Amino acid sequence: MSKESRSAPRPAEPDQALALEMRPGILSDQLLLDPRPVGDMNRYIMEAMQRTGKGFWILVAILASLVLIGYGGAWGYQVRWGMGVAGIRRPVFWGLYIANFVFWIGISHSGTFISAVLRVFKAEFRRPITRGSEMMTTFSLIVAGLFPLIHLGRTWRFYWMIPYFNQRQLWPNFHSPLMWDMMAIFTYLTGSTLYLYLPLIPDMAMARNITTGWRKRVYGTLALGWRGSESEWHHLKTAIKIFAFVIMPVMFSVHTIVSWDFGMTLVEGWHSTIFGPYFVTGAIFSGVSAVITVLLIVRKTMKLDYFLRPEHFDALGKLILVFSFAWTYFWFAEFITEWYGGEPVISALIHMQARGPVAVLWYTMLFFNIVVPWSTLWNRRIRRSTTAMLLITIGINIGMYLERYIIVATFLTKGRMPFNWGIYNPSIVELLISIGALSLFALLYVVASRLIPLVPVWEVQEGQLSHSLRPIGRALVPSVVDLE
Amino acid sequence: MSSPTENHHWTMIIDLDRCTGCQACVVACHVENNVTYVGEEEVAMGRFMHWLLIQRYWGGEYPNMQARFSPIPCQQCKEAPCEPVCPVYATYHSEQEMLNIQVYNRCIGVRFCANNCPYKVRVFNWFNPQNPEPLDQMLNPDVTVRSRGVIEKCTFCIHRIRRAEEDARYEGRPVRDGEVQPACVQACPPEAFVFGDRNDPESRVAKMAESRRGFRLLDDVGTVPEVVYLKRGVTDVEGI
Repeated sequence: MSKESRSAPRPAEPDQALALEMRPGILSDQLLLDPRPVGDMNRYIMEAMQRTGKGFWILVAILASLVLIGYGGAWGYQVRWGMGVAGIRRPVFWGLYIANFVFWIGISHSGTFISAVLRVFKAEFRRPITRGSEMMTTFSLIVAGLFPLIHLGRTWRFYWMIPYFNQRQLWPNFHSPLMWDMMAIFTYLTGSTLYLYLPLIPDMAMARNITTGWRKRVYGTLALGWRGSESEWHHLKTAIKIFAFVIMPVMFSVHTIVSWDFGMTLVEGWHSTIFGPYFVTGAIFSGVSAVITVLLIVRKTMKLDYFLRPEHFDALGKLILVFSFAWTYFWFAEFITEWYGGEPVISALIHMQARGPVAVLWYTMLFFNIVVPWSTLWNRRIRRSTTAMLLITIGINIGMYLERYIIVATFLTKGRMPFNWGIYNPSIVELLISIGALSLFALLYVVASRLIPLVPVWEVQEGQLSHSLRPIGRALVPSVVDLE
Repeated sequence: MSSPTENHHWTMIIDLDRCTGCQACVVACHVENNVTYVGEEEVAMGRFMHWLLIQRYWGGEYPNMQARFSPIPCQQCKEAPCEPVCPVYATYHSEQEMLNIQVYNRCIGVRFCANNCPYKVRVFNWFNPQNPEPLDQMLNPDVTVRSRGVIEKCTFCIHRIRRAEEDARYEGRPVRDGEVQPACVQACPPEAFVFGDRNDPESRVAKMAESRRGFRLLDDVGTVPEVVYLKRGVTDVEGI
């Protein structure tokens, strides 16, 4: 990666540049050791946010119409006429909607994992990528949370699942995994939204200080009167630290409980003890891949290559390689035990995957989730190539989507009584709503990218203050001053 | 003899050795419980709505084929897998009848119960009921007509149980054996179905349930069904 190609020119620091060239093994570039004046950096971010060309509005218009077709058109049609317009049928009572739900909940694990876990472990490369991934968590949870409602036979009665004192004198059934699910998702949505907002406060204050007009009013309100005093920083840091620790068990609980929607049942193929960790691993695998996809697109379109460098994608690439190993381990452990057990129904399901109508999906899943990451991501040049990483991470999410689909929709086709076996094909309504969900996620992200700084500027600046290259003998060595 | 205040233990016996697969029980069930007509296209898609389904399994090799019929109503499991998974208590075990109840007004249509039923006897209203002429003339006033988006299933004709109990209470006597007859029991020409109170040791079901031919469907799952099947050897239906 040549330094000239970055849009923001780096100040000439021949010694540092030389030192970095001399030791390619040490990933110092991800620490952004070429600080720029604080004011320049702030203005750079704010200008990137205010660039709204023709292409931007065309993209917004396309996404908004897809959202309208999916949610307004297809969902409205389904509510008016009944669930029958979807492709689900006996015995596959759950179909594409629930597969979408599990998939988007999985995507939501990216933000928490990258931001909270890496923050707790003080992985310094996380600094420029936390905001982008936290936003993904909140937006994908909104998309995911809509799917159980879309999936309801009587959507207009969804609030009967909420525990409140009502004239029906009926409390919801807390024995049901769906209730645990709802509790976990609401907790996670609340927690992750707060966790997105807290580190945003200093950036909102920064934006308030250098913008005018309606933006100044909005940012001023959101900044909550932030002045940047010592005690304010102290409180903010304490709050972020508490949230980073607390949100991690919530993250694990959410996807474990989603997996229990399946694991707790009597359905052959679903009733498995490994589903909790298997789903969590898969969620982090697909979530981190989605972060890479989104950040690569953002970096290209908003010209953020000063903040998001190939070294960051290199580090994230290693992370998804590790999670590919972990996912494969869980998948194989589940597959081999069920196959070896040789129960008739399970055998029919496995036969359906390996040789039957699901085989195309099954082998595609294995190709994207195992073959591609294992054969490419060990190579640093591939991990640092933006095109390759974009294709690999999109592939991983296709694979993970197929995994969700196979587990939810195809395992239901064969039950204990062969007379009840059936097939399932998604209908056009289900497909339109799924496309609408993807568009809703993209629309939220695109609109937010022009309202919220996608890079936590203060965190980057803090990192640059605490890291420096110090001469030790004849070599320059990156060193850290922990500010806390 | 059971007293009117005593809890009943409603049990259905289905004698597979008697079943001819004539589907009279299915038709009777449709008429009795306002189970809606869905049309050929929906049935071909796999959305047939029968509270009671005659499952037909083929045995043997051509030309010596055998058809085996198993009528499968809701098994009214004591440990019903559908009950704990419902988030809104739309399906639960009634304390009086000790039956598995489906409350249509509470159902919001998450369909978790239908997935979790190992017998797959729960059916879903994919659309609003639309019975073509003259089927719309025969709706039973004792039974609710279900709207789109709710699950429904066999109730053991609980309205008939209630009516028999009320009659007995009015006349100050216990419910007589054979007084309660669900529609399928009443309609079965070879009398393959027997229904009654197992708490009454003199009743037919109490005696038949002890039969050496008796078994429960998918007993290994641990659902403890209230339907007992009787079967000896293989059913031989000539000419099918």
